[in-house]
Amino acid sequence: MINLFISAIVFGTVILYGALGEILTEKSGNLNLGVPGVMYLGGIAGLASAFAYEISTPNPIPAVCLLISFVCAFLAAALGGLIYSFLTITLRANQNVTGLTLTIFGGGVANFFGGALNTLAGGVGQISVATTSAAYRASLPLGSKLGWFGQIFLNHGFMVYLAIVLAILMHFFFNKTRMGLNLRAVGENPATADAAGINVTRYKYLATCIGAGISGLGGLYYTMDYIKGTWASEGTIEALGWLAVALVIFAVWRSLNAIWGSYLFGFLTWLYLYVPQIRAWLIGALHLDQDALQILNLTRSSQELFKMLPYLATILVLILVSMRKKRENQPPASLGLPYFREER
Amino acid sequence: MSSPNVHHEPLIRIAKRDGLAVWKNWLIRLVFVLIALLLSGLFIYAVTKLNPLKVYAAMFEGALGTKRRVWITIRDTMMLLCIGVGLAPAFKMKFWNVGAEGQILVGGVATAGLMIYLGKSAAMSTPVMLLVMALASIVAGAVWGVIPAVFKARWGTNETLFTLMMNYVAIQITSYCVALWENPFGSNTVGQINPQTKAGWFPRVFGLDFGLNVIIVMALTIGMFLYLKYSKHGYEIAVLGESERTARYAGIKPSRVFIRTMAISGAICGLAGFIAVAGASHTISTSTAGGRGFTAIIVAWLAKFNTFVMLLISFLLVFLQKGAIEIASQFKLNDFASNVITGIILFCIIASEFFINYRVIFHKRKEAGSK
Amino acid sequence: MRGVTKTFGAVVANNKVDLDIRRGEILSLLGENGSGKTTLMNMLSGIYFPDAGEILVNGKPVTIRSPKDAFDLGIGMIHQHFKLVDVLTATENILLGLHEKGTLNLKAAAEKITEICRKYGFVVDPNKKIYDMSVSEKQTVEIVKVLYRGANILILDEPTAVLTPQETRKLFDVMRNMKADGKAIVIITHKLHEVMEISDRVAVLRKGEYIGDVPTSETNPQKLTDMMVGRAVSLNIDRPDPVNRVKRLEIHNLSVRNVYGLRALDSVSFDVYGGEILGIAGISGCGQKELLEAIAGLQITESGSSIRFYPGETSESKELVGLSPLDIKKAGVGLSFVPEDRLGMGLVGAMDMTDNMMLRSYRNGRSAFADRKNPKKLAEQVIEQLEVVTPGVSTPVRRLSGGNVQKVLVGREIAASPKVLMTAYAVRGLDINTSYTIYNLLTEQKMQGVAVVYVGEDLDVLLELCDRILVLCSGKVNGIVDARTTTKEEVGLLMTNLRKEEIHE
Repeated sequence: MINLFISAIVFGTVILYGALGEILTEKSGNLNLGVPGVMYLGGIAGLASAFAYEISTPNPIPAVCLLISFVCAFLAAALGGLIYSFLTITLRANQNVTGLTLTIFGGGVANFFGGALNTLAGGVGQISVATTSAAYRASLPLGSKLGWFGQIFLNHGFMVYLAIVLAILMHFFFNKTRMGLNLRAVGENPATADAAGINVTRYKYLATCIGAGISGLGGLYYTMDYIKGTWASEGTIEALGWLAVALVIFAVWRSLNAIWGSYLFGFLTWLYLYVPQIRAWLIGALHLDQDALQILNLTRSSQELFKMLPYLATILVLILVSMRKKRENQPPASLGLPYFREER
Repeated sequence: MSSPNVHHEPLIRIAKRDGLAVWKNWLIRLVFVLIALLLSGLFIYAVTKLNPLKVYAAMFEGALGTKRRVWITIRDTMMLLCIGVGLAPAFKMKFWNVGAEGQILVGGVATAGLMIYLGKSAAMSTPVMLLVMALASIVAGAVWGVIPAVFKARWGTNETLFTLMMNYVAIQITSYCVALWENPFGSNTVGQINPQTKAGWFPRVFGLDFGLNVIIVMALTIGMFLYLKYSKHGYEIAVLGESERTARYAGIKPSRVFIRTMAISGAICGLAGFIAVAGASHTISTSTAGGRGFTAIIVAWLAKFNTFVMLLISFLLVFLQKGAIEIASQFKLNDFASNVITGIILFCIIASEFFINYRVIFHKRKEAGSK
Repeated sequence: MRGVTKTFGAVVANNKVDLDIRRGEILSLLGENGSGKTTLMNMLSGIYFPDAGEILVNGKPVTIRSPKDAFDLGIGMIHQHFKLVDVLTATENILLGLHEKGTLNLKAAAEKITEICRKYGFVVDPNKKIYDMSVSEKQTVEIVKVLYRGANILILDEPTAVLTPQETRKLFDVMRNMKADGKAIVIITHKLHEVMEISDRVAVLRKGEYIGDVPTSETNPQKLTDMMVGRAVSLNIDRPDPVNRVKRLEIHNLSVRNVYGLRALDSVSFDVYGGEILGIAGISGCGQKELLEAIAGLQITESGSSIRFYPGETSESKELVGLSPLDIKKAGVGLSFVPEDRLGMGLVGAMDMTDNMMLRSYRNGRSAFADRKNPKKLAEQVIEQLEVVTPGVSTPVRRLSGGNVQKVLVGREIAASPKVLMTAYAVRGLDINTSYTIYNLLTEQKMQGVAVVYVGEDLDVLLELCDRILVLCSGKVNGIVDARTTTKEEVGLLMTNLRKEEIHE
């Protein structure tokens, strides 16, 4: 059971980054459906840069590995955000169309290089960056000593905690700083923000690019920690990216909610693996006979239905929010709409 | 900020332009497609160091080099077009149906399921079986499309996000069915369905491999064109897409049109799933839709809901994809190169829309004498 | 401002305008709707950029490229449509876009806001969310926002249009306080009595041209009106006596709540007769929109409301409450409606004239396909009869000028040969010629026995065009007067002062 919580946190961290970046982006009124794309870009850039460094030197220094891959992942993803920003803000293209294209493009670039990098560099077989991955997965020395608590909460690489810190910082940013306040105004009502002397274009660009960079860290964490410094091109990042978009809704655009929401999504995603244990435990605890609770006796196919839970939960939240119409819980009012001052 | 005391105008101003001649529109688009080809050529050159001209020759070879390849290209073009046609009415209504992927999958699952169960007994002739399968896929797709529409109509639930989530529900349902129907056992794939009897497979029409695909999709394309342009429903969709208030004023019930149009949109996407399963792959997997539900959104949007323009864009995209795959295989790279090129060309076409809709005015004003 | 010019496409909104604004003075910017008052001020506040001319502040030429530039120069504008973010509090809205030193301190800001309020005599709760506020509270937030930024030049765009008389009085007190504090204040308005009451100097714009300015003490409403319209207001609208008055609509106890749950219409009762024009007067936002939309089936009415339609002497009356626009049409009521928002409701801007002609009739015929032949004929007919200036029937109506857009809309609604024709602000923003075209069309309809409902804002027009005038005040019927015998003063009084007892005819 402890493993369930550990994997929930690991899984949750990937989508937490994606969602945090997207919250920042959406708060500026941009609905970037390119989250999977920028996560791909972040993942591959981190991997590729670490790879380039590791093959260039016989004794790679972990700290340098970390720094190079981290910066490259952020920048590459931010570059994806820049393409999106340029098209939607400056060229006023439709946000949904541009975002989806970014997802196709990012996925293409990442999987292309992920699969071909080694070939291009003259090597054979799978790409692997052992040193860098180890640096990312290095955990607190306490982690393994403090029993189940340590295993669940303290036994992770630094990026798990960075994500939480980021979420808290973001909450502080939105609610306690001038820039955060201005950014919210841009996303709610750009005409008003403009009239108040806020540079709407600059806010939108910055929020979208930095947001994309943060989302890209999700891809980085995935490649470095989750799959231990290799590349897998079966489209997992894309699925995770969409789950991150879902999480933004589930968290009703609040970064603090995204923390527990991401772990909950991770929990729901992996729950199926532990359902037999839960069933056994329930049967034991409730003194039922061995054939009871067949519904929890999952086959390989019904496990797949279990994986639907995060999406169903999101749909439910989406519906409830739209039914309750509480003003604070609505998406930013100008989400998805372009802004053009001299429109008349 | 710059000092407000200097007197000059902003350097660049952007103004909306109205009613550019049609040929100019197409000229702008063409220029951007050429830019896209140039950029993708550069990309391929950077990776392969191949003479760009040879690259294009190889791409042409890959897409249209043999009769077989021509047909594959046509088949895939039809597939993309079919989905685009399905999405057109929803987008014209400004209903963001990002859920084509899911609608295709549930249509495909319905088709594959019937193929397996009806194929076992062999009691039905193929035409009847195809008809049943087509109907089932239409119903499945329509249901998948109507669910978000109902919530949008009743509570204004954001349809972009709702339809997006529905995709993943559909994917999990597909995974479930794949595990249920897997063949051979343990492979975690369904494998070709009815490989011996070919029950439920599209027959060859006029001796053509994918003749039936072309016939169905072209019929849908023409039908949708007429529906949107000339029917009363099409008119309602257009009014609602422009302004919900005007629609109400004209006595149009937005909720009814939302639901009806999404049923149609979902149904056609479901039918695309039927074509993909019964008319192309003869199997089902989570990648049956393969991202085409998303690509088709862009196709439909860029074509401004004109279904014939969609044919053009679909062909262009599939052509480039096939070409890129050919290059990739020649150089032992991987197929994802095609997605990179698709991305580049779509970015360029998206950018071209700006220059069609807006004028950029540069100010070359003589400095006013404030110095 | 020196020689300031601004054009929008072919429309010249401001032509070589010169204007001085002085400290410690309240300047009224007077002009009819569409005379370019707001556009001119938008150039001062950085919303628009002038095509030509220059702006000087304290004698120095400046470039105002954005609202931020304007703030830096101490210019602040309170727009007619409030620029506030609904989900934020008053304080947060006021702080938006500011570059004060230090971290965000909402508490300190709230104190400063309270301080400003005390100084000038406002009342506002700094921690209240905007969506919970009334219109006048929102306006207060707007003004405080500008003052908070240390503005020395305040521009108020028709601030009283949305206020009750009491609220207006309060606002004027505040304005006087600000004047005493040495601020320059510009108030855009077209209400003469307000001009006389509040301002020190009046500048008049007409059709984008600057006409001149006079000290308020040396002028009177008649002179100002002459400056505003260019000639004495004698409209000479042809008004034949009604013939064959028959009751068409009987509205009883009609109540409607607006989106905020407030009563926009409160137990409204009146009758509409065929063969006459019923004018509806009232300051804006007093339920005019809700009234027409309720009759057209576009508003949900409160229980107890009744709208009965009388098709003729012989047939029975029909209840319209609860029917959708389509049901009303199916019931053969023959109701035409020219809404206030022409391109946002009455027409589809992106569609051509043919497609717009069929907006209300496209269902005709049993075919699944829409008939476009007859609408096209109708479009050509409307172009010819109403002299619509357009490149052709296939030009999107959005590209037509305001007057031509209105002709298309009115032409279509009249072509449906209605029994009841409702118009909302039918001549707003139109030039004099087009306005007269519209008046004549309405009178023509009246003479054909149509019951015409004319919601208007220009009292002179209401007095000369209509047969009876119903005055709405805060969603209630505050009186129905005979347009031939009443005076402008009487109607004006009814518009602003709610009577304790409602009096019907």
